[in-house]
Amino acid sequence: MTEAMADRKVDRSHMQVSDEVAIQISNMNKWYGTFHVLRDIDLTVNRGERIVIAGPSGSGKSTLIRCINRLEEHQAGQIIVDGTELTSDLKNIDKVRSEVGMVFQHFNLFPHLTILENLTLAPIWVRKTPKKEAEEVAMHYLNKVKIPEQAHKYPGQLSGGQQQRVAIARSLCMKPRIMLFDEPTSALDPEMIKEVLDTMIELAEEGMTMLCVTHEMGFAQAVANRVIFMDQGQIVEQNNPHDFFNNPQSDRTKLFLSQILGH
Amino acid sequence: MSDTHSNTVAYVRKTMLTEQAPPSSQVGAVRWVRENLFSGPLNTILTLLGVLCVYYLGVHLGPWFANSIWNAGSLSECREILQGASGACWGVIKDRWHQLLFGFYPQDAYWRPTIAFFLMIVAMAPILFDAVPRKVLWFSAVFPFLAFWLLWGGTIWLPLLALAGFVIGYFAFTALQKVSALAAVIGAMVAPVLWWLFFAGPLDEVLSNALPIGIKHIQSDEFGGFMISIIIGVTGIALSLPIGILLALGRQSDMPLVKWICVGFIEFIRGVPLITLLFTASLLLNYFLPPGTNFDIVLRVIIMVTLFAAAYMAEVVRGGFAALPRGQYEAADALGLDYWKAQRLILLPQALKISIPGIVNTFIGLFKDTTLVVFIGILDPIGLSNAIRADSNWNGIVWELYGFIALCFFIFCFGMSRYSQYLEGKLKTDHR
Repeated sequence: MTEAMADRKVDRSHMQVSDEVAIQISNMNKWYGTFHVLRDIDLTVNRGERIVIAGPSGSGKSTLIRCINRLEEHQAGQIIVDGTELTSDLKNIDKVRSEVGMVFQHFNLFPHLTILENLTLAPIWVRKTPKKEAEEVAMHYLNKVKIPEQAHKYPGQLSGGQQQRVAIARSLCMKPRIMLFDEPTSALDPEMIKEVLDTMIELAEEGMTMLCVTHEMGFAQAVANRVIFMDQGQIVEQNNPHDFFNNPQSDRTKLFLSQILGH
Repeated sequence: MSDTHSNTVAYVRKTMLTEQAPPSSQVGAVRWVRENLFSGPLNTILTLLGVLCVYYLGVHLGPWFANSIWNAGSLSECREILQGASGACWGVIKDRWHQLLFGFYPQDAYWRPTIAFFLMIVAMAPILFDAVPRKVLWFSAVFPFLAFWLLWGGTIWLPLLALAGFVIGYFAFTALQKVSALAAVIGAMVAPVLWWLFFAGPLDEVLSNALPIGIKHIQSDEFGGFMISIIIGVTGIALSLPIGILLALGRQSDMPLVKWICVGFIEFIRGVPLITLLFTASLLLNYFLPPGTNFDIVLRVIIMVTLFAAAYMAEVVRGGFAALPRGQYEAADALGLDYWKAQRLILLPQALKISIPGIVNTFIGLFKDTTLVVFIGILDPIGLSNAIRADSNWNGIVWELYGFIALCFFIFCFGMSRYSQYLEGKLKTDHR
């Protein structure tokens, strides 16, 4: 079990799940060529939910969340994000993408721009925010992820943990209603995982709707209200974290948990 | 992690060591010489051979330069003065420098290309260096028309009407943007072309007759020397980069029609020698144009050289795009940037930065390839050197003439190379 969570008290006062549906995925299927990556996915995410998606590599968990902002295209079924259905209509895609923030495993900061420029680029060019206002918002979020002093450096000069926090701040600058995390700590040194998880916990405490693909089971126990276990492109089991970890139902889940928690 | 581990530790460092100066064998000139010149038997031999080569070159070229003769009207005069000694006869450069620079451009109009040249430097400054005020870019935009007028002369109306075409394109773009983005792009391309084809010519005639403000018209066949190399080279360089970028983007496009047009263009142009294209420009192109049109030969050559370089440029830039991690595309998409914004703000700056060496390579190649125009009868420096050597006064002169031309080309090309290194250093944003 990760120790990163040990000293962190999670404030649950704002973590309320509303009845409003944020994401509705029904009967969704996806193929890579002839390979059936996602099979009959049905998932409803309510506003304010914090969902952790776990599973072995190749189980389709990253592909699933990448379908939610159309980085991947699904071939059958329906995905509705904030009332907008994802089709090949570019207008809908742009609308969804500006509402949904995404944090990647490899940060994907823009190396030719300073941290501040990374943060203000999308607000200025997509939201048409005036530059000065965008910079104020950017500094606000940089303060929030605790690295305002790095604003004028380039991504290459920051540590991995700092880069990932910048990436989170960059997404937040677009004021998204939903945040997707695609293995945000997998490329980090153990020493830096905590600082990123702390940032994510703060976000959860403010009531952000979050979908996280992660292997940080400590994080899942601390903040998730639902854990989804995937294997072979299907949702095998989902439950609240307490029951998921203490009383897994399927054999596949038991095996997976014994492998990642066993050492 | 576990408690047992801490009990087995038998040693704990109390003080951390401070940094110390390196030993004397690690610094100084002796170390440099030993490491770089005499690090092994092979390197020692190569060093000695190198020294020998430099010595022989010095022994032979030294007197040749030392005995340089600047004041001589012919090669035989040089030989008389030298009386059998080795010496360079630079008199040919002094006698014919104006031809090497301007070709057969009228002497009383030398001020025109000279002013155009210095204005070109002003126009390039804001593009090359960001310390120059951005407002100078407006001058850069106007400069091509100004240079055209200065070099070819005639009334000011033709360049002004050509410039007006771009203004019309801009207005068509802003007006149609309310309709749709695609209509705006099409409008911005079609409106200026219609203007140039059907309105600019007659209007030019009317205005030129009514208000003949201008300078003496000079025919293209009087152009020559380094002037023509720079006209063709700089125009080709300035146009081939944007066209190359568009071709590179087109080649990666999801739209099959756009993609195959770009692939076809690139593969065809790259598959054909430049000299073939130049012959096409000088001989064949006129057959395809409406009878009676007199399409300037220099402009035809510029178009061919530009298209040729653009095809290479497209592949160089595509290489830059291919080197970008997929994550950059995804991050741009995830932030909601549309295709053109993602390209302009995220992908293109990085791809171009990666491609700088290749781009400058193509530029240098293009600039040197301008000497090929000698085969279609344009008197570039090489063509003029033949003309000068055909003169009985300078018959037989080789080294001084070609050496001078080579030196001029070297200065331009080396300048481009140095600039590209400066740019690479400036754009370096990792581990600074």
